[in-house]
Amino acid sequence: MVESKQQWKAWVYLSPALILLLVFTVWPIFNTVRMSLLNGYRGLAAAGGQTFEFGFQNFVKVVQYRQFKDCLVTTLLLCVITVPVSSFLALLIAVCLNSIKPLRRLLQTIFFLPYVTNTIAIGMVFAAMFNIVGNIAGGDPNSTASSIATFGIVNNVIQLFGGKPINWINAGSTYWHNMFVVIFYIVWNALPFKILILLGGLQSVNKQYYEAAKVDGTSRTRVFFRITVPLLSPMIAYVVITGFIGGFKEYSSVVGILGEDMAATGSETPLNTMVGFIYDALENNNQGRASAAALILFGIILLVTLLNLYVSKKKVHY
Amino acid sequence: MEVVLQNLTKIFPSRNKNGSEVVAVNNFDFTIPDGKLIGLLGPSGCGKSTTLYMLSGLQKPTSGKIFFGSDDVTELTPENRGVGLVFQNYALYPHMTVKQNILFPLQNLKGEDKLSKEEMIKRAYDVAALVQIDDLMDRKPSELSGGQQQRVAIARALVKMPRILLLDEPLSNLDARLRLQTREEIKRIQRETLITTVFVTHDQEEAMSISDYIVVMKKGVVQQIGAPQDVYDSPINLFVAKFLGTPPINVFEGEVKDGALYIGEEKVLDTPNVENKKVFVGIRPEGFILDPNGPLSCNLNNIEVMGRDVSIVSSNTASVNPIVRSIVDADNKIAEGTEKVFFSIKPNKIFIFDHETEERIML
Repeated sequence: MVESKQQWKAWVYLSPALILLLVFTVWPIFNTVRMSLLNGYRGLAAAGGQTFEFGFQNFVKVVQYRQFKDCLVTTLLLCVITVPVSSFLALLIAVCLNSIKPLRRLLQTIFFLPYVTNTIAIGMVFAAMFNIVGNIAGGDPNSTASSIATFGIVNNVIQLFGGKPINWINAGSTYWHNMFVVIFYIVWNALPFKILILLGGLQSVNKQYYEAAKVDGTSRTRVFFRITVPLLSPMIAYVVITGFIGGFKEYSSVVGILGEDMAATGSETPLNTMVGFIYDALENNNQGRASAAALILFGIILLVTLLNLYVSKKKVHY
Repeated sequence: MEVVLQNLTKIFPSRNKNGSEVVAVNNFDFTIPDGKLIGLLGPSGCGKSTTLYMLSGLQKPTSGKIFFGSDDVTELTPENRGVGLVFQNYALYPHMTVKQNILFPLQNLKGEDKLSKEEMIKRAYDVAALVQIDDLMDRKPSELSGGQQQRVAIARALVKMPRILLLDEPLSNLDARLRLQTREEIKRIQRETLITTVFVTHDQEEAMSISDYIVVMKKGVVQQIGAPQDVYDSPINLFVAKFLGTPPINVFEGEVKDGALYIGEEKVLDTPNVENKKVFVGIRPEGFILDPNGPLSCNLNNIEVMGRDVSIVSSNTASVNPIVRSIVDADNKIAEGTEKVFFSIKPNKIFIFDHETEERIML
């Protein structure tokens, strides 16, 4: 009976991890599903003894919200733009990093710094960089004359080249200007992880493929597209898939740049994301709606990931 | 295409400040005749692969020149030299089919060399037929055996009709049986295409069996160049003598005294033209003749029957190696319980070398 004794031991060894998973992952998932399926569920009311009917009302309501559609569009836009841009940039940077020898380690570290820095903190720095007037709270939002003092480095640079300062994120700025800054930020913030993965992949590629290509007189672009990209395709697929998943969960970057309202002061069209929508619902003590939105987000991510996997099965080699 | 190596030298700088630099190839001087198969042979670290990479252009010589025919290619990049290179582990692109792999070098051609699609396909199939892989064109490299991968690699190197073909340890990744087959195959392909071919190996049997010429190298210095049989029959120094031949040559401590060669106390050969000195004596295993009146006596250890031949394992106090191996015809019978065997020696199978310089002393 040695086997069953060892099985028992195995369960004991596994139990710390299993208990944590049960309490913090499995139970919340189960609870989310439960709350989403109770019409108009509210935590406080439930604690007060109120009972709720079983049904799909939460889902119907969520989908009917105009805000929800806006959040969905914003989130989709962020994903569709940032993931390809950051993946391609990361690939270029990784290839460049891989082809130089001096200072590679230093550059690697520099490129990796955003990854270990707090998202909100960086967001605030970005907000400062894209600022237009000397005072965030005050200033005339409609006056963008170049005479106004500005400490945002971006506008300083624009002015240096003779351009007019642009109202990126301050009061009265447009949705698309906000969007540009957020995209810029997300791309920059997503780079280090992707570079790390792709550089690791590049360094494990057998150098002889490149020597063989060299002997055959292959041009640089052809080497990149016919050899490097296919050989890196598993890593590229990984980076794209995790990028999409991260993109759908985008929230803190917007908060870091635009503040908790996720909108420029006075803006009619907030840059709210799906996760932002869920937080809003939670803040309104509407757990039923939040759970339903979370499950819809989960469904979308699942769908996109399956689509990604389907595409990569056809395109990823070996 | 005749290939000329002129005082070719490659020095790798030391990695750290205090380390010494490494002379990988030292003053290599050789003219490879057109359309021949050349084997670069030597133990690992002797500079044979470096020589090959310098021929391919992947490595630049520190000094010296390389000519293909009358063209000085020393400063040319690999793609401008027109060489086909087969890597030790083949370096087939894993994401491409055999056909795509073979087509790849052709698709790189630009300008007036550019081929039409039909021409490319035709050339690819021609070369695939030559190496007999035309039925595997749609497979991926991972679906091929080692020998088949090797052929694909050769096809890829040949398809652009290189001026010379270079093979880096072409057989080292194959099992013993495939190795025999493939080396015949390489010889056949070389004969059919008549492309000047240089290959690198550390296996002397491999080099001897298919090369028109072998180049024996040691620590970056060329020891001897010649037809395999010539080098085997007349090694220039002890290193070459020891490196060629299986089973290896037997080496004894010896001495030349008053016009005769002694191994231990036994006088084995008259050497009227050699001055008195200590020497190394090398005797090929097939150079022994069992002879009761022979001059060399050895203590019998063991007899290994190999069918056609008999291998006599014995020992001699003057031998440098613990055993002396001699191969004699199976007709020779040795009575059971024999303790001492006597040999006479075929004069063309015995070489003597200076004890200090290890250079051959001609008799």
